[in-house]
Amino acid sequence: MTSSLSIRRLSRLAYGGIWSLPLPLWLAGFFLGPMILLIWLSFWDVKNFLLTPDFQLENWKKMLSAPYFWAAYLRTFIIAISAAALVSLIALPCSLAISFFLSVRARMVVLGLFVVPFFTSYLVRVYSWQIYLTENGIVMKLLAAIGIDSGSLLNTPLALMIGLVTLTLPLVIVIQSISMLSLDKTLIDAAYNLGCGPCRVLFATVLPAVRPGIVLGALFAFIFSFGDFVTATYLGGGKFTTMSILIADTVKSGQQWPRAAVVALMMIATLLITALASIAFAYRRT
Amino acid sequence: MAKTTLTRRALLKSGAIAAGALAMPSVVRAQSTTEMTMLAWYGQAEPDAVAAFEELHNVKITPKYYVGGEQMLALLAQSPPGTYDLIHADAEYVQQLVLANFVEKLDPSDYHFDDFYPEFHKFPGHWHNDELYAVISRFGFLGISHNLDAVSVKEASSYDVLWNEKNKDKVGHFDWHLPNLGVLSLRDGNAAPYDIGGDAWAQLQETTLSLKPQVRGFYDYGGVLSSLKSGEVTVMPGIGEWITGVLRRDGANVTTTIPEQGGIQFTESFSIGRGSKKADLARKFIQYTSSPEGQFTLANLNVFPAIIPSKVGWERMINEKPEDARHLGMFKGDGNSIDLIRKGRIHIRQLPVQQDLADWNDFWSAYKST
Repeated sequence: MTSSLSIRRLSRLAYGGIWSLPLPLWLAGFFLGPMILLIWLSFWDVKNFLLTPDFQLENWKKMLSAPYFWAAYLRTFIIAISAAALVSLIALPCSLAISFFLSVRARMVVLGLFVVPFFTSYLVRVYSWQIYLTENGIVMKLLAAIGIDSGSLLNTPLALMIGLVTLTLPLVIVIQSISMLSLDKTLIDAAYNLGCGPCRVLFATVLPAVRPGIVLGALFAFIFSFGDFVTATYLGGGKFTTMSILIADTVKSGQQWPRAAVVALMMIATLLITALASIAFAYRRT
Repeated sequence: MAKTTLTRRALLKSGAIAAGALAMPSVVRAQSTTEMTMLAWYGQAEPDAVAAFEELHNVKITPKYYVGGEQMLALLAQSPPGTYDLIHADAEYVQQLVLANFVEKLDPSDYHFDDFYPEFHKFPGHWHNDELYAVISRFGFLGISHNLDAVSVKEASSYDVLWNEKNKDKVGHFDWHLPNLGVLSLRDGNAAPYDIGGDAWAQLQETTLSLKPQVRGFYDYGGVLSSLKSGEVTVMPGIGEWITGVLRRDGANVTTTIPEQGGIQFTESFSIGRGSKKADLARKFIQYTSSPEGQFTLANLNVFPAIIPSKVGWERMINEKPEDARHLGMFKGDGNSIDLIRKGRIHIRQLPVQQDLADWNDFWSAYKST
């Protein structure tokens, strides 16, 4: 009897273990392994354009004391946090409408439409924006037709934001909507029954309840914007040196992979801290 | 009438014979075709560049394209000798190829140097200790590329046009420090733009930083083409006909002018990789690229047009493609590209002599970040 029980327990453990195995394997193979390699690489040397294993702090000293590194870091952080805030603000009314005002069928169609942009390469979408925003582009012509001479919008902060919104908005809307759809609707009814107006229901009931969705949506927008290379290069014209551009520049000239590894590690550290802080805030008990 | 029956065995047998017969030509071809590897900038092993040679020698050239001389050196350093039969490189990197022992010595008598203008018989950088290591294939000049609707040839005859108020926010940069800082060094009046002392280097940095308010963006190859074509950018320093020649094929009203202060010369060449097992075939390829036929082909590559060092090649360009030849500076008389070299207005692009390459790179990163 005892042995049959322990066999059953063991087989249950094995069953659970097999299903759990892919995650640690994936993390070890595609996160921890490369991360260790990246950290190790940041201490290597480059001699005659060739990576040479070493253990020296020169790359860290060089990059962390370079004013252009900190300028790029600050710029990237500001751009990413601005994009996250902007996208969250744009996504909020869309998600509210999808979750509370659309029929189930219409909701499925609209959410499906927000997934459609992912069918096309982001690079292609950014190139398309160039056609709209360039000197003789469609937007300029429309503005000129109503008497506004705005010049080209390409390589401006606005173009940069347009690109990042293109990249992140659909995802943020989907995350926010899922969060709102899982909201217990009786809370809203209760708020109305207690005499709250629509604004109070929104700010005192709905938004606090869906805070994790809003914060996680903003976090994803931040992560994507912080690491984006395409928008900064093709809509920003390489004029706003971000951390990703700095990585490319560092590798391009002198094959300085170890210094590029320092930049990449600083980016990873920033994203990890931001993610942990965001998650803590999202699930904080009030 | 005889009755014929097709058994399963007979069907399989005849099918196998038919399949064998159909496959035979390609099997024979595959057996006899030699494969040769080439490490090169993009475009050098495309069909328009190598198809004639491949057909003539029944060879298939397999390229490994690189972006930038430093990446090329890194690729070579990571590969065993003999990995690449042919190496296509800019002149400033040939010396490093030689010092790293990546390329074989060449015999000058194997190549069509007699057809070349004298300036290219002993091109600096291709020779080391009086031994030849690379044969020039084509070259071009870097000055100011501009949209003729916005900037005239006369205006572009001085680098000062970059600071002109009308070009505010209309100046573009090809995102590589070497050509940009080279032409701006010429604007500062440095006779040897890459061989400058501390004071001149400080002045060059100041000059470059003062240009930033005029700058629209920093572009890669594709971005340079699209920004000049769309009118986003009207003037670009440090590029040349390798860009404007491509755009003109597409109808854009652009050209490249070499300002009075001078221009920079880039030079492409071919070498035989150290340890190549197909060195004979590689030598034949370099012979082909230096021949009149090969030179004409190289002047008109789809990737971008360029000037060729062969006098015979020039004749053919002037007769068959006069408009392209004129834009490239391959015409007879004053002001042609050889004339510009002889007048001392053209300086060969090279790595910085008195500063570390990393210093120039760091400054470029800082410039982009300001």
